[in-house]
Amino acid sequence: MGSLSLQQIRKSFGATDVLKGIDLEVGDGEFCVFVGPSGCGKSTLLRIIAGLEDTSSGAVMIDGTRVENTAPAQRGIAMVFQSYALYPHLNVRDNMALGLKQAKTPSAVIDSQIAKASAMLSLEPYLKRRPAELSGGQRQRVAIGRAVVRDPKLFLFDEPLSNLDAALRVNTRLEIARLHRELSATMIYVTHDQVEAMTLADRIVVMNGGVIEQVGAPMELYNAPANLFVAGFIGSPKMNFIDGARLGESAKTIGVRPEHIAVNGTEGTWRGTVVHAEHLGADTNLYLDTEKAGLITVRLFGEYAAAPGEELFATPDPARVYRFGEDGKRVG
Amino acid sequence: MSRATSSLPRSAAAHAILILYTIIALFPVLVVVMNSFKARNAIFRAPLMPPTTTTFDTVGYTTVMAQGDFLLYFGNSLTVTVVSLFLVLLFGAMAAFALSEYRFRGNTLTGLYLALGIMIPIRLGTVAILQLMVASGLVNTLTALILVYTAQGLPLAIFILSEFMRTVSDDLKNAGRIDGLSEYRIFFRLVLPLVRPAMATVAVFTMIPIWNDLWFPLILAPSESTKTVTLGAQIFLGQFVTNWNAVLAALSLAILPVLVLYFIFSRQLIRGITSGAVK
Repeated sequence: MGSLSLQQIRKSFGATDVLKGIDLEVGDGEFCVFVGPSGCGKSTLLRIIAGLEDTSSGAVMIDGTRVENTAPAQRGIAMVFQSYALYPHLNVRDNMALGLKQAKTPSAVIDSQIAKASAMLSLEPYLKRRPAELSGGQRQRVAIGRAVVRDPKLFLFDEPLSNLDAALRVNTRLEIARLHRELSATMIYVTHDQVEAMTLADRIVVMNGGVIEQVGAPMELYNAPANLFVAGFIGSPKMNFIDGARLGESAKTIGVRPEHIAVNGTEGTWRGTVVHAEHLGADTNLYLDTEKAGLITVRLFGEYAAAPGEELFATPDPARVYRFGEDGKRVG
Repeated sequence: MSRATSSLPRSAAAHAILILYTIIALFPVLVVVMNSFKARNAIFRAPLMPPTTTTFDTVGYTTVMAQGDFLLYFGNSLTVTVVSLFLVLLFGAMAAFALSEYRFRGNTLTGLYLALGIMIPIRLGTVAILQLMVASGLVNTLTALILVYTAQGLPLAIFILSEFMRTVSDDLKNAGRIDGLSEYRIFFRLVLPLVRPAMATVAVFTMIPIWNDLWFPLILAPSESTKTVTLGAQIFLGQFVTNWNAVLAALSLAILPVLVLYFIFSRQLIRGITSGAVK
């Protein structure tokens, strides 16, 4: 139990339309990630699901019940915030217990829920501490624990990893993935980081400018992007877009991912010079200024010795070339 | 010792300026307190000299104490100040929370209207206020003073506090909403503790003019039972003869309670920085 259904959600702040008719179904137990550039409306959508923001029109249904007029606390949701949002005057245990106490849960149940959640997140040593005495990663675990104890139908995550440093981000990401497996709860996760989206999601919702651009499994978005925006947003480094006319193609834009281009010192489709090379160890990114295709990025796996000024030939994998029409939609 | 961030001449200059300012600010207070312990002759003959064994005299204090009603005046001043302060902080913070937290039609206009009181002195409305108090039968009551001072303190309180309330994390308030806290509990339990330094600032700014005010006690509550300390000290200021010993003693005593209140709030000012859990 824990499905979510959004029907024609619209939201305007004054004259600005932030959400322009969002339709989405999230199944029970699904891990669904909203991803998009900042200002695309993904956080607003999450706040609407949580009940922290009213819709201008449209229906929000949790488990088949319309909830537009239900207070956040009665919706059966729990939310984890980017800034942790722990209550500074309460210790870890009370932070986790507050929501249950407000709901008049018997204290025996509260105790067992807290014991379960703190064991799951290894928070036992910290239960008596105040948030100010915890590190960033611990605080975020407490925030997750506060969500877990409520045993919600829906978990909502609002960029929960953005305030953590790179190493902690990976650990906490794994923790959230494990939590999803153990609880098999429905989770909605908002992020602007496509790595988090690709690694965590069962299904990704790519948003831009208040509309959904594409919904699909991570590999579906990678292998079959519906349009230019999704193609450019998913994948790092970004997909190369080349004007179709320059290559004598009928399509408006040709897209090739940097990892689907091979280079060769002697022969190939596009001749160019290396402008810049990034050596990352596991991969090497080359920026080539080519005669036919303009400036392109090439991602090579492993180490590759190339210096700026060197002349190279780049050859795209013909099976992984995407073609986009005038309207930005993929045609082939 | 490394000196990357400080240089001796610069910090010496800064300290010199601060010390000079302290001397200028404290000088009148010091003169008042010093002279309150001197005999009448010594006050006039050498007003800037500290009391010596020959000039030391507590006649001022004994006069004030003998006056009998002075404890009552102190009580009145304290009641008026503390109650007004409480009301200003409570209503000011609530209004500031509403203005900074909720989007509603006329939000900006309401904010401007409330801030207008900073620019227009409340004394301009004295006649109307007096008529109002006469009509409502509140003349010669402490309630009249409390109401006026609350109105007087609110504009600045709302102005300062609403700026600070905007800095309180939205996530924290939303977390409270999801946990089922009422808006009142969010306000009292989550937001107020985080704006405590601002509350202390507002308290100090509000308290001192109220304690020192002579105007409204003189007009609205001059009766014997409702006199405040500043008004009470006036009985020693005659048209022809002034009992300087008593005036100075009364003023010196009047500093004490406000000093105590100030220390309470300034401790809060320093201790109040507890926003550790919210980045």
